[in-house]
Amino acid sequence: MTTDVQDTGKAAPSVNPPDEEPPGASRSERLSTLAQQHGALVTLVVAMVAASLSFDTFLTGDNLENMAVSSAFLAVVALGMTFVIITGGIDLSVGSLFALGGVLAAWGSRYGTAVALLLPLAVCGLIGLVNGVLIARSRLAPFIVTLAAMLGARGLMLAVTDEGSQTYLVDKDTFFATLGQGRLLGIGVPVWITVALFVLGAVVLRRTRFGQYVYAVGGNEDAAALMGAPVARTKIAVYTLSGLCAGLAGALNAAWLVSGVTILGSGMELEAISAVVIGGTLLTGGSGFISGSLVGVLLLKVIQNVINQIGSLDSAYQQVVSGAFLAVVVIAQTWLGRRRRVL
Amino acid sequence: MTELTLGRVTADRDRLLRLLQQYGVYAGVVVLLLANTVFTPHFLSAENFRTQAVQVAPVLIVALGMALAIGSEGVDLSVGSVMALSTSLISLYLGYGPWIAALAAVIGGIVVGCANGALIAFVGVQPIVATLALMVAGRGLALVLLPQLKDVRDPGMAALGSGDVLGVPYLVLIAAALALVVAFVVRRTTFGRQLLAIGDSRPAARLAGLPVRRVLIIVYVCSGALAAIAGVLATARLTASDPTSLGTLMELSAITAVVVGGTPLSGGRVRIGGTVAGAVLIQLLTTTLIKHDLPPSWTQIAQAVVIVLAVYAARERGKR
Repeated sequence: MTTDVQDTGKAAPSVNPPDEEPPGASRSERLSTLAQQHGALVTLVVAMVAASLSFDTFLTGDNLENMAVSSAFLAVVALGMTFVIITGGIDLSVGSLFALGGVLAAWGSRYGTAVALLLPLAVCGLIGLVNGVLIARSRLAPFIVTLAAMLGARGLMLAVTDEGSQTYLVDKDTFFATLGQGRLLGIGVPVWITVALFVLGAVVLRRTRFGQYVYAVGGNEDAAALMGAPVARTKIAVYTLSGLCAGLAGALNAAWLVSGVTILGSGMELEAISAVVIGGTLLTGGSGFISGSLVGVLLLKVIQNVINQIGSLDSAYQQVVSGAFLAVVVIAQTWLGRRRRVL
Repeated sequence: MTELTLGRVTADRDRLLRLLQQYGVYAGVVVLLLANTVFTPHFLSAENFRTQAVQVAPVLIVALGMALAIGSEGVDLSVGSVMALSTSLISLYLGYGPWIAALAAVIGGIVVGCANGALIAFVGVQPIVATLALMVAGRGLALVLLPQLKDVRDPGMAALGSGDVLGVPYLVLIAAALALVVAFVVRRTTFGRQLLAIGDSRPAARLAGLPVRRVLIIVYVCSGALAAIAGVLATARLTASDPTSLGTLMELSAITAVVVGGTPLSGGRVRIGGTVAGAVLIQLLTTTLIKHDLPPSWTQIAQAVVIVLAVYAARERGKR
């Protein structure tokens, strides 16, 4: 474990980016690292091949398009969640912020696209900022702060919509609706936006100073502080980012549905956390990567889609399978992680 | 730095926050009771108190299990799903009589608790993820067993839900009895001491030779069983099984009751009296807002503010 100290260029001592194995790594060690990081991708490929062999309707353009667009919104939420989880935190408020963002976007769309996008981003970003300040400066537990924000944001959403009875509609002819409904090269605009955000997120996380701080804070907060990393500011930034992502996802979703649906988003925080964990990001912080979360989201959606295709199965099986799958993944990860430490 | 000049002030502030954390919840309950007595018409009636107490009973029972989980530096997100699973099992086994059905429901809760405990104690998964997996799967399983709402027509169940002894509903008696039992277990038994030691510092508890894994499993089994009992009581009160909506957001209410009651999330302390008062406080707060025709959105925002205040007070205590 002390073999790679010459690697002083890294901001985070506890981080081994996936492609840079310590030179002394044994074969089985490398294998378990690989399984931990790319197990989800392999499972996704296997699941997709199996599904396309079993169901004629799986590999059709319509079905894939449907899956891609419905994954897009969860994926954007999971993107922000990945940053939070890498710092060792958690954000339970994203589901409520998603709903709030959608409602605000639909309400704001009558004043033009700029308002429809900026209003949810501003409000959700602000709530994320408050989360971050309470967590980083007042040192409250992320779990409980974001739990309170979840209740508060849902309350705010209900207050804006006359206790959930008012559904604001988006005019179909506006540019804002195009962001959700439009297509570019045969693929829905939300999918393009999601892909762009993931590329951006990956670059920020892997190639910028901020990204290295995120890993450092999650790896060991005290060590990061001693190295001079701005721990509090990094934490505030990730929670703000998560709020922004959730708000944007909500706004895009509203544009896609051309209305601000108030009942959306409950349980979304759990789906996003599941996706991030399935994608190979450890909840203990300090380790993880963006592309894994995308794979995690797709895997969850493929499972849902397959269960929908088996018409005889009730949709409740989706939850059973998703829950069991999450349990298997965390067991495997813990086991692989322990193996690596022992070796 | 400024400690010399501000020493007295900080000490005073510290004492105030500590008092607030320890007794704030009781003070809150008293204030709300007084305010309602003055401002809410028909508040001071036996009928109203019965209604309030019956509504708070299931939340309180779930919160008791949650207090144990939080005291061991964990959390149990699966409680709402366990309630749903328990209501499904009751419908399924009601043909064998209400007692067998209730027993089946509690066994279901114990099984979920075992799974939680095994994931946490043996595999070493973080409590929040382990119980999250069971939360998702448990709700799904409940819906697989019973796809939609079903009436529970059983005289035994109906009696449990609406019967009383000397005017005190069974539900309230059961909740009070369970609170006493859990308080006794936490304060006066070896298991209670071990639980607190593990919540304080798991490595230290392990080095001291405490049966960490066994205690953790028992904690989550208790939480599952208590949630299942709450599910049985809620089913009896509603005389219907509704696996879709029964227990949704219950984990939040229970965590709120525990945290507002002064149990720190960092583990090592369990305050059962505070938890009872916390559950009552949330119930009173909701009632107050509803009786004065304020919309439900206000209730949620108020609840969020109360949570943040409670953990803020707890934080100062923890830092000392």
